[in-house]
Amino acid sequence: MIKHLPALLIVIPLLVAIITPLIGRINRALSWYTATITTFISFVISLSLLKTVLEQGRISYWMSGWEPPWGIEYAIDYLNIFVLIIISFMAFVGAIYSKKNIDIEIDEEKKPFFYSVYLLFVTGIMGMTVTGDIFNIYVFLEITSLSSYALIALGKKRQALLAGFNYLIMGSIGATFFLLGIGYLYLMTGTLNIADLAVRLPEFYHTKAIFTAFTFLAVGLLMKLAVFPLHFWMPNAYAFAPSTISAVMAATGTKVAAYVLIRVMFTVFSLEFYAQAPFNIQYILLVLAVAAILAGSIMALAQTDIKKMLAYSSVGQIGYILLGITLMNTNGMIGSLIHLLNHALMKGTLFLVVGAVVYRTGLTSIENFRGLGKKMPFTMAAFTIAALSMTGVPLTVGFVSKWYLSVASIEIGMWWLVPIILLSSLLTAIYFWRIIDNVWFKPALGEEGLEHGHDNHRKPKSNDAPASMLIPTFTVAMLCLVFGVFAYGPVSLAEKAAMILLK
Amino acid sequence: MIEILAKYNYWIVIILLCTGLYGIMAKQNLIKKIIALNVFQTSVLLFYVSMSKIEGGTAPILLNHGHGVQPLFDNPLPQVLMLTAIVVGISTTAVALSIVMLIYRQYGTIEEDQILELNKHND
Amino acid sequence: MNKHTAGGVGINPTEKSPTVTDQDKDIIKKTVTKFLLPFIQLFGLYVIVHGELGPGGGFQGGVILGVSVIVYALVFGLKEAQQRMSVKTKDLLVSSGVLVYGGIGVIALLFGGNYLQYNVLLPDPKFASTIGIMGIEIGVGITVAAVMITLFYETVRVDDND
Repeated sequence: MIKHLPALLIVIPLLVAIITPLIGRINRALSWYTATITTFISFVISLSLLKTVLEQGRISYWMSGWEPPWGIEYAIDYLNIFVLIIISFMAFVGAIYSKKNIDIEIDEEKKPFFYSVYLLFVTGIMGMTVTGDIFNIYVFLEITSLSSYALIALGKKRQALLAGFNYLIMGSIGATFFLLGIGYLYLMTGTLNIADLAVRLPEFYHTKAIFTAFTFLAVGLLMKLAVFPLHFWMPNAYAFAPSTISAVMAATGTKVAAYVLIRVMFTVFSLEFYAQAPFNIQYILLVLAVAAILAGSIMALAQTDIKKMLAYSSVGQIGYILLGITLMNTNGMIGSLIHLLNHALMKGTLFLVVGAVVYRTGLTSIENFRGLGKKMPFTMAAFTIAALSMTGVPLTVGFVSKWYLSVASIEIGMWWLVPIILLSSLLTAIYFWRIIDNVWFKPALGEEGLEHGHDNHRKPKSNDAPASMLIPTFTVAMLCLVFGVFAYGPVSLAEKAAMILLK
Repeated sequence: MIEILAKYNYWIVIILLCTGLYGIMAKQNLIKKIIALNVFQTSVLLFYVSMSKIEGGTAPILLNHGHGVQPLFDNPLPQVLMLTAIVVGISTTAVALSIVMLIYRQYGTIEEDQILELNKHND
Repeated sequence: MNKHTAGGVGINPTEKSPTVTDQDKDIIKKTVTKFLLPFIQLFGLYVIVHGELGPGGGFQGGVILGVSVIVYALVFGLKEAQQRMSVKTKDLLVSSGVLVYGGIGVIALLFGGNYLQYNVLLPDPKFASTIGIMGIEIGVGITVAAVMITLFYETVRVDDND
């Protein structure tokens, strides 16, 4: 059965997603157990695949037994497995966490459907990651997108509906551009298999059709990735979705889009293509990345709602990921891949914390965080760790990726990128300081006057989040520290992936 | 000139693509946006199908169980791919329409500017 | 909205003349529908089963099957239709269709092939392929038909609630 794990990774969540509404008919509470167990199985399968990849190298699984390039191939190498571990872990964490969270953020009778769609979302992101067929990526991309539109629209506020609708429009445009790009590739080469495309494409690099194909693919993916000028769907989508979904989408959805971008840019196309393209693709993407880094951080400063602030900060962080990709050297690629991991962990933690705060207080404004340090000490400790990591303090994961990005910028002579990275870190520190200041150093709203005189009998009671929310949140926050200190594991894996991509 | 006109199918693709994109951006009515999105997606279907067409080719069905002389076939793969894309398009439309139905129930309107106005009053 | 419009769509109760009842007005529609439905369904099944050899298949046949129930609901009203094809059955069919599809894939795994490699199911690979594809078309057909019915039921249900 070990041989069939790449297929089972997709098939198990898919089939369970289908039967979850039926299980929900028997007992609504059961649907949480099926979702959690299924995502756990997916995580275990990913770990087992990691072991196989490390021992034997690239895995190739032939769907229906058809030999590639004729049939659909599921191909797993160092790059896929790196992303796969991140997303399957975060999907599992999200599933555990969702139990209490959706009690208050989703109507009771919609629960089985929530988990059904959640598992479909997991199927989609896993499928995009493991498949080695570019049209199959499109199909899984649409499965992911359709389920995420539905998940966002499930949010309790009515603004969630319009946010979901706008994401649907933008997402469909992006996906259609991607499909058009695939069409040009197929027109020129007659193949859809990624490995086969990589072999056949170089002889057509000089043609306009291939350049058009690259443009369509890149624009479609940048839209999905919410890179700066194309990010408009994201803040509202994250702000009004249920907190679990904000966390899982921030930690997995954009990561997978970034993975596909890397795959298209460096496996389907290669460095040779960028050298002979009619104009300098690297510079264009570099400008976009820098604009995203700065604009995301500046817009995050202006927000009063924490979920929107985190969403805009995601825009900035995606800029870092894009920056590493566009530097096109090994250290840049390592920085980018490590930042994928970091951002999943950090933004995951932050959104999970916000979910816990919503669970206890029902509010998401930054004002509302005043004095929470005393009420919810453990949750806020997790928040602080993630915030420090976001700013890139040494010994946290945020530092590792920024270090690699800076080194890579200097290596190719673009030293002026280093001040930009530092400036953005400073801005990040400012907008997180506002919250941390509120959390630890200011009394809760309405208790300012009581602080001195009645200290002994009005001491705010510790009322932390329930264990099923606190444990996942704290685990992810701890991983921010663990990978900050013991960065060797992910870095060595990312280095192997970078070697393959930039050969 | 003739060479440009001979590729009329690609011109139709471009026209449909731009019409759809314009509709999505310019229309305030959410249903009209969905229609424009459909037009936009349809252009890609036409692009794939017209690239699979071979001059003088017929539908790719084997005659006489594969024995004897076969006629020239069109490439069936893009057509099959577009079958998948059509299903994806239908699903997108279904999800979009159901969200619009919910929006109508919550706001009483499907004009985007009015919805945004209502959102502003809410906050 | 008036819940007692037994004829479903298109009947306005205020125009009812004293001598002609709803029952009489509907009799042609209802008879013709009853007469045609078996043929529509038979054609749907034909398209599904014929799918692996010629034009057609699960999607197209499934839509035709779904339409047969929708036509029934249009003519006889939603309530009557939901007695024939209840919401529960339809939900069960949505899931079971996909399960048939996925199940055939998993059975292929148990027989030692790759996922969905159905030519290992029987000793004769050609015949096994035919059976496998047909099974998959049937699964797709069931799901598509049930999803079409779901879409119709949900759309109409919302109108009733307002």
